[in-house]
Amino acid sequence: MFKHYFEQIEGISIYPVFSLLVFFFFFVGLGFYVFSLDKKKREHLENLPLED
Amino acid sequence: MQNSTQQSSVGVLEQFEYDNKIVKAFLIASVVYGVIGMLVGLTLAIQLFLPEANFENPHTTFGRLRPLHTNAVIFAFVGNAMFAGIYHSSPRLLKTAIFSKTLSWIHFWGWQLIILAAAITLPLGLSTSKEYAELEWPIDIAIAVIWVIFAINFFATVARRRERHMYVAIWFYIGTIVTVALLHIVNSLALPVTLTKSYSMYAGVQDALVQWWYGHNAVAFFLTTPYLGLMYYYLPKAANRPVFSYKLSIIHFWSLIFIYIWAGPHHLLYTSLPDWAQSLGTVFSVMLIAPSWGGMLNGLLTLRGAWDKVREDNVLKFFVVAVTAYGMATFEGPMLSLKNVSAIAHYTDWIIAHVHIGALGWNGFMIFGILYYLVPRMWKTEIYSKSLVSFHFWIGTLGIIFYALPLYWASLTQSLMWKEFTADGFLAYPNFLETVTKIVPLYMMRAVGGTMYLTGVFIMIYNLVKTAAQGTFVSTEYSQAPALQRNVNIIGGGWHTLLERKPFIFTGLAIVAVAIGGIVEFVPTALIKSNVPTIASVKPYTPLELTGRDIYIREGCVGCHSQMIRPFRDETERYGEYSKAGEFVYDRPFLWGSKRTGPDLHRVGGKYPDSWHFNHMLDPTSMSPGSIMPSYPWLIDDNTDYSDLPKKIKVMRQLGVPYEEGFENEAIADAEKQAAQIAKSLGKDKIKTSKDKEIIALIAYLQRLGTDIKQK
Repeated sequence: MFKHYFEQIEGISIYPVFSLLVFFFFFVGLGFYVFSLDKKKREHLENLPLED
Repeated sequence: MQNSTQQSSVGVLEQFEYDNKIVKAFLIASVVYGVIGMLVGLTLAIQLFLPEANFENPHTTFGRLRPLHTNAVIFAFVGNAMFAGIYHSSPRLLKTAIFSKTLSWIHFWGWQLIILAAAITLPLGLSTSKEYAELEWPIDIAIAVIWVIFAINFFATVARRRERHMYVAIWFYIGTIVTVALLHIVNSLALPVTLTKSYSMYAGVQDALVQWWYGHNAVAFFLTTPYLGLMYYYLPKAANRPVFSYKLSIIHFWSLIFIYIWAGPHHLLYTSLPDWAQSLGTVFSVMLIAPSWGGMLNGLLTLRGAWDKVREDNVLKFFVVAVTAYGMATFEGPMLSLKNVSAIAHYTDWIIAHVHIGALGWNGFMIFGILYYLVPRMWKTEIYSKSLVSFHFWIGTLGIIFYALPLYWASLTQSLMWKEFTADGFLAYPNFLETVTKIVPLYMMRAVGGTMYLTGVFIMIYNLVKTAAQGTFVSTEYSQAPALQRNVNIIGGGWHTLLERKPFIFTGLAIVAVAIGGIVEFVPTALIKSNVPTIASVKPYTPLELTGRDIYIREGCVGCHSQMIRPFRDETERYGEYSKAGEFVYDRPFLWGSKRTGPDLHRVGGKYPDSWHFNHMLDPTSMSPGSIMPSYPWLIDDNTDYSDLPKKIKVMRQLGVPYEEGFENEAIADAEKQAAQIAKSLGKDKIKTSKDKEIIALIAYLQRLGTDIKQK
């Protein structure tokens, strides 16, 4: 059913694959970044609201 | 980071100021409009068991006041408090003054004028009828202009910051600013007929999809993301400890904005929206529970090891209930997005209860917490009475419970009555009204809950005024920080560090993240014909029916009556054939509705004689004893205004409705001819009226509803 609607767009099959890959790699990258976040920097960031 | 700190530390300290005046102005506006919005809400709650509480005045009937209530609460109460929080927290997080005081005040007064325009136009019946986007096009343009001014002021402040990295609250503000602009512009696209009337660029199914993409994300990006930003600032501040996990907050932000934007179609389950779009809405709604609860837990766990403070600190009490209500509403949301749950809950008071857990609990209690935090600090004093704060907390919390529980009960009772069949296979409650009168006592209890909540607000106002009176307002605070070194070469830190330092690339990525969902859902629905199969017998409205439809829109009938029969046995049994996508191709705007306080009207055409409608609009209880529908005597007294009719036909043709060229010149004559027939049919039932009355046009529209497919 789903496919039926999209069959009329040329090269449509690449879109969902591309979207999934973008989505996947963005969050893998984000996860990697988050877990390798420098402790000092993190502490600086999280204390920003407390400095006045 | 190491390098940048060293570089910064050699910089010269610069002095700058924090402007408290603009924060004060937005806070006062929020409280004033909060009271008005809630008073209107209470009036509506009372009208549901006492229809006479509309004072028999067209401007204060339920249909016209409902959008005033929702707009006042969302855009005036929650909106003004959001701006106050952003103007207070951003300069402190970015270590700089707000870019331009002039722009701040243009933003403030512009926004208040927009609210004033809404407060005047909505009771006058000038409405597009699209939920939370009811304001007509000139006001929509004003909203866009003021929003852009706010954006310029905000981004210029970000650009002039003295803190290299943007704290997570700032990201939530950026997400809010860009997404609200996108949502507002796309959903408001319309072709004007006059200064006070326009027709949507989209029709039927497409209009529904765009509207609920907007409606859902107005909740996401006006009521949620800015308040999460405020939570990430004020909760740590009030608790005097950093947020539980900064790492979690990064994941929270990106996953929330990525997923939220897709979830809109969950408002349209089992409707004529294509199945694939409904499924997308459900899947993403269920996924939403992860980032939502991630954020909620991040907020609550900030208090780990400090829960004893919550007992003492009234600000924290409000924040804890707010975040808990957020957790409840964001658990309930995904559950309501499951098709089998939606089948029961949609069109009932469950949705009203759900949104009030969000509005009263999450937004309201966040605002109260922020007020109790800011006012003593900005007036350099202590709170006037701690015990009154505590009393506000308890009466407010109990008010939310007394508000929501009766509505959950009402919802389940009514929904199960709608769906019940007798052993012989007939509807157990064929008369819709029976299912309404059953829950009227629960409506009364809900009004009690609302009164309790509002009482708390009045107590808060008294307490805050007393607090301000005993202190001295500090209009400007001074701070100092070293200037940011330009072009500092930072080694390491990764790509996200770069993003936090480059707000404009960050903003671009956020726009991409929120745009994808909308585009994927909307483009196929708009471009591919098979998504909305046309039906040959469906024809455009006649000029009189179109006029009647605009009266239906003006009176806000859509607030209580749906026009969307779902494919369930009980609904086809009660209302007739289920609604098809192709039946709405000329509906600008769509009028599917979201709540059935009265029955669905999609197949009401031909169900009753014209005289029934006439008597029913004059006094609903004459036809349906016990009805809670208000009466509409002015429709019987007032003459129909045809002056814009030719222009309306022309605009509709420009939008693609197949009215023949030149038909606009015959439109009035055509309408009068049809009106004469209806007046004659009324005359047969001994009702004397002129063909020029508004009721005639409304009857024409109602009698047309859903009849096209019967002609096959």
